[in-house]
Amino acid sequence: MKRNGRTVLIALEIATPFVLVTLYALWAAPRDSFFFPPLGEILAALRADWFGERILSDIWPSIRRILLGFSLSAILAVGLGFALGLSRRARIATAPLVEFFRALPPPALLPLTILVLGVGDVAKVLLIALVCLFPILQNTIAGITGIDPTLRETARMYGITRRGELLHVVLPGALPAIFAGLRTSLSLAVIMMVISEFVAASNGIGFGIWQAKRLFDIPLMWSGIIILGILGYILNMALLQIESRVLAWHRGARKAAE
Amino acid sequence: MMEDRAKTPTRFLLGATVPESALPWLGTLAAIALVDLAVRIGMLPAAFFPPPSVMFVTLGALLGTASFWHGLWDTLWTWAASLGAAAVLGIALGVGMGASRYLYASLRLVVEFLRPIPSVALIPAVILVIGVDFGSKIFLAAFAAFWPILIQTIYGMHDVEPQAMDTARAYGMPGRDRLLRVALPSASPYVGTGIRIGSAVALIIVVTMEIVVGIPGLGELILQARQGANVERTYALILAAGLLGMSLNLGFARLEARLLFWHPSHRKDTR
Amino acid sequence: MLAVEQLGRDFGAVRAIAEISVTFEPDRFTCIVGPSGCGKTTLLKCISGLLPPSRGRVTLHGRPVTRPPREMALVFQDYSRSLFPWMTVRDNVAFPLRKRRDLDAAALRELVEESLAAVGLSDAIGRYPWQLSGGMQQRTAIARAIAYQPEILLMDEPFASVDAQTRADLEDLILAIRRRYSMTVVFVTHDIDESVYLGDRVVVLGPPPTQVKEVLEVGLPAERDQITTKKDPEFLRLRSHVFANIMNREEQG
Repeated sequence: MKRNGRTVLIALEIATPFVLVTLYALWAAPRDSFFFPPLGEILAALRADWFGERILSDIWPSIRRILLGFSLSAILAVGLGFALGLSRRARIATAPLVEFFRALPPPALLPLTILVLGVGDVAKVLLIALVCLFPILQNTIAGITGIDPTLRETARMYGITRRGELLHVVLPGALPAIFAGLRTSLSLAVIMMVISEFVAASNGIGFGIWQAKRLFDIPLMWSGIIILGILGYILNMALLQIESRVLAWHRGARKAAE
Repeated sequence: MMEDRAKTPTRFLLGATVPESALPWLGTLAAIALVDLAVRIGMLPAAFFPPPSVMFVTLGALLGTASFWHGLWDTLWTWAASLGAAAVLGIALGVGMGASRYLYASLRLVVEFLRPIPSVALIPAVILVIGVDFGSKIFLAAFAAFWPILIQTIYGMHDVEPQAMDTARAYGMPGRDRLLRVALPSASPYVGTGIRIGSAVALIIVVTMEIVVGIPGLGELILQARQGANVERTYALILAAGLLGMSLNLGFARLEARLLFWHPSHRKDTR
Repeated sequence: MLAVEQLGRDFGAVRAIAEISVTFEPDRFTCIVGPSGCGKTTLLKCISGLLPPSRGRVTLHGRPVTRPPREMALVFQDYSRSLFPWMTVRDNVAFPLRKRRDLDAAALRELVEESLAAVGLSDAIGRYPWQLSGGMQQRTAIARAIAYQPEILLMDEPFASVDAQTRADLEDLILAIRRRYSMTVVFVTHDIDESVYLGDRVVVLGPPPTQVKEVLEVGLPAERDQITTKKDPEFLRLRSHVFANIMNREEQG
């Protein structure tokens, strides 16, 4: 009985996505709808364009913008988060500013960077970095202040140097929270990459989609959206992989606590 | 114990002589004054960075214009409509997927694949299909806010204390009551988190649609100010957007604290 | 010699410790016992140099203690919060030793392994704290303290969070360790039986604002045993005496 139940569950899990895709294909094919082209056309555009020359001309520039902006903000935010996380008074004094920038809807900054930095790659990378900064910063601060005081007292008791404490106690203790911030920021990085390419760019996935929309090349537009989905999925998976490597102890400890 | 170590790392502002309750005000004022000074002595180009004091004056003037309040209202009601729709759908499907193993298995992969699609990627498709109007703004914001609410609700349903469910069963509570009286309340902190995240996401998408597509709202005002090269106005409106986001966050935190007073994370006496 | 001299500690307007003076002679095992909330942990933190006193001072060999001295190790009550979850048992024990210049890699490994053997944890050396039972985690914390080779071992209700059986085992373990490595032990507990069973001397504290109520010499033989010692008339006499004192009751008979 139990075994049967599990087989049904696994079958459902695998079958449903196929059923949905097939349903779309069956629904779209005879209809010849302008906005919802047959699945075959979308896949053809995917293969011919996105997996063709656009890999270098559009996909790579987008990935580069994301990775540069994201890593820049990760370095800055963790550093700044340490400074603020370790000094209670500095943290209290800057709390309203951090709160403000964390709450500011990130796209509102797009006109600003265009105004100040223009529409080049530097502007896009800095915009992504600026937007990604605050979730990581806030999580780093929360991670550091959330470390059990007993752990830091233990380090002090055993004569661990300040450097050793920061490196081996505070950093690992804050890492689970830092990773939570990195995950939030990575999806923001993708969002900011896309909209900055919508608004002003000469290459990139977002630019490609927008151009396809302007030219009413609907299959190309949909296939670009699929590419963005795949990219988002891969980036997220990559970060989760790194996280599960780095935080193996954390998962184990959480399971043990249950 | 904290106060003893706090003095050592950094002597901030005037050291420990300033009371802590004054620090947020002092810090904010100091930051504003610093940027103001940097602009006025020419360290930052005034063409791009209006002095913060000017931003506040401009914002004050904007508060007297009808267009500002129209924009704010358009942003707010579309945000509320999309969040409401996302909450209803997300909670309903989340409870279903949390309660039924079959529904969960069927839709898990679909959710896993749809969720990472950046909602903003759909902007061109949405405006082609729905058009450049409030409908497309609400649809996309609801779509984006739906995922965190759904995911958190499923987490919450899966995290219900088995002991609580067993207790309910042992006392002969029927299945429907177990769902409504035990599972839902214990999942509610997760749902609350989902709605809080969803609110932020909805606001992001609403403002994005206003800025990128030009649908009426606070974002469109920012876009127009930028296009008109009105730097002070651009900054003042961004300031307003940040304050709006902050008040929405604060409102939700308050609401959660009030509704979930029984939950350990909101109990004041436990440390 | 470790001395607490007219030590007092306030938290804001609350007077936690009024005034305490007590000295700890080398190689003696002193238990500090008192009602819950009487500032035992606060006293121990002041002795360890983690918490500065509001009045008075702590001296070690005549020098005032202002920060945790090299000569002391502290075993905290809550092992789940004092062991580093991202380090294996081996790394947890070795962590305080990494700046020891007098130890080369081989000597360090030997010291860590010997300390873990002394607490019966040789088999768990490569595991993470959260893979161990509560008792084993506290053994790890004790091994870390031993490996640090302190002159003075401070223990803050170290067995308060384990079950009764494990607690008895750990009590005997700490007596064995104390015989093997000569150390001054300052052991804080709220358990009266434990204080009499373990200590050469028991310091009884009163309710806050805390003062020393009484210092008792424990006249039991050095070899203790969970069954025979706890039946010894002297043990029974001492424990009822301490109990009556803490409960503020006149002793009967």
